[in-house]
Amino acid sequence: MQTEILIAGFGGQGVLFAGQVLAYAAMDAGYEVTWFPSYGPEMRGGTANCTVIIADEEIGSPLVAHPKVLMALNAPSLDRFEPQVQPEGLIVANASLLSRPVERQDVTAITLKANHIAEELGDRRMANMVMLGALSTHLPVLTLEQIKAALRDHLPKRKHHLLEANYRALDTGAARARIVA
Amino acid sequence: MPRELMKGNVAMAEAAIRAGLEAYFGYPITPQSELLEHMAKRMPEEGRAFLQAESEVAAINMVYGAACTGARVMTSTSGPGISLMAEGISYIAGTEVPAVIVDVMRGGPGLGNIAPSQGDYRQVIHGAGHGDFFPIVLAPASVQEAVDLIGEAFDIAEKYRTVVFVVADGSIGQMMEPVELPEPRPLRRERPDWAVSGAAGRPHRTLTSLYLKPEVEERINLRILKRWQEAEANEVRYREYYLDDAEFVVLGFGTAGRVALSAVRAAREEGIRVGLFRPVSLRPFPYQAIRDLAQRAKAFLVVEMNGGQMLEDVQAAAQGQVPMRFYGRMGGMVPFPDEVLEEIRTLAADPPTPTENPRARWLAHMMPA
Repeated sequence: MQTEILIAGFGGQGVLFAGQVLAYAAMDAGYEVTWFPSYGPEMRGGTANCTVIIADEEIGSPLVAHPKVLMALNAPSLDRFEPQVQPEGLIVANASLLSRPVERQDVTAITLKANHIAEELGDRRMANMVMLGALSTHLPVLTLEQIKAALRDHLPKRKHHLLEANYRALDTGAARARIVA
Repeated sequence: MPRELMKGNVAMAEAAIRAGLEAYFGYPITPQSELLEHMAKRMPEEGRAFLQAESEVAAINMVYGAACTGARVMTSTSGPGISLMAEGISYIAGTEVPAVIVDVMRGGPGLGNIAPSQGDYRQVIHGAGHGDFFPIVLAPASVQEAVDLIGEAFDIAEKYRTVVFVVADGSIGQMMEPVELPEPRPLRRERPDWAVSGAAGRPHRTLTSLYLKPEVEERINLRILKRWQEAEANEVRYREYYLDDAEFVVLGFGTAGRVALSAVRAAREEGIRVGLFRPVSLRPFPYQAIRDLAQRAKAFLVVEMNGGQMLEDVQAAAQGQVPMRFYGRMGGMVPFPDEVLEEIRTLAADPPTPTENPRARWLAHMMPA
């Protein structure tokens, strides 16, 4: 059993961090996991993405052509990666920055206005956690509680004053996630 | 020990520190810079030497000097840095002092790019410096394996008084995986009996790679070769997957090996009896194990992130006993498992002929006329 999650967006949207939170949660749940970042010059101001693979056996390739799950934080990421998602897969997209709906009919699609929700909650930088909350509602391998525990256990102590706000973003994302297709 | 989620570069640095590293010298280059950065932070915390040199040439000569004192010492770089270090590496080998060098390979040749590659295979395994010596070369395929091999690399370097390379690629350097780090080892207090560690109260020692008399240099060469022969007998390492009933064998090291593992599993689900042989020590190369496989397999498929550099060693090992194909991606491209799966399907459905030229066929496929 293996689940591949591709997270993509602009540099600065917390794409790599969101992937690390999933990776920590997977490790703590006893899974094998790889977190693979795009580390080239495209990270600087352009698009950033990372692939998280969660499995119950030694993981082969850290990259896949067709991930089971796509979490797209902006329009270019949806354009680029939507066609690659496995049939029956999952797409979670940030409607705040989309110019069109998810077009695939053979996947589960969830959209939510993550930037708007994060701003309502008082910090637009939490959009990645809002998205992660939405993702958790349909992610077969990890629960929202496991993701929260990963934040608590791996966020450096000096940042623990941000925990409550992050939990709120995760909870709100989970509550506002709507299946659109 | 609990598992920690660590980036390959950081994990290799921390593993070296826990293996009792006393001095690190280096110069930044992507995709290995986090290794140097972790050293910059952690070595002073441990009261040990960290120095960012003015160039790779300087760094390797600092490694050389520190190695002569019997200290546990290492450097890390990427392909262009290895090129600059080649002279110093040969001097270290010629002086018969131990050192560990990490090469996190990137796309090349030339300035190339910073994407993952295995293009330094021939440079490190068959070259590494002028003159008669063989470096020992270990190639991890995961962050945990990188940690384990770094720990072993120092012991191996000291046992055979030679250069040990750990060759990773950009993806192993940059990716995060859970690792179990070893307990920190105490720093060694006693110095080896060849080290120049201060001659007070004992006869002085000389360490050099300069032997003007050929008959003396030949004796040194033979001594180095003798130690290499022992390394060949003791240090062969490889991993086997699904080989028990395999008719077809995929061979690949490092990241190419683990990409092939995904493809082999997918091919197994389609009923193809295929397995994976992943060399971990590239020098000494697992010639005998590959020769044994060549005698019972229907065909080999060698997969690399270069133009078929290990392929030539596999061919030498197989001695023409098995037909072979090759699949590679170059220039910083990493193959997806689907690409390798397609090659396995073709291998099973339409096996190669004994006289087929693996590289020519692959090249024709990559660059149709």
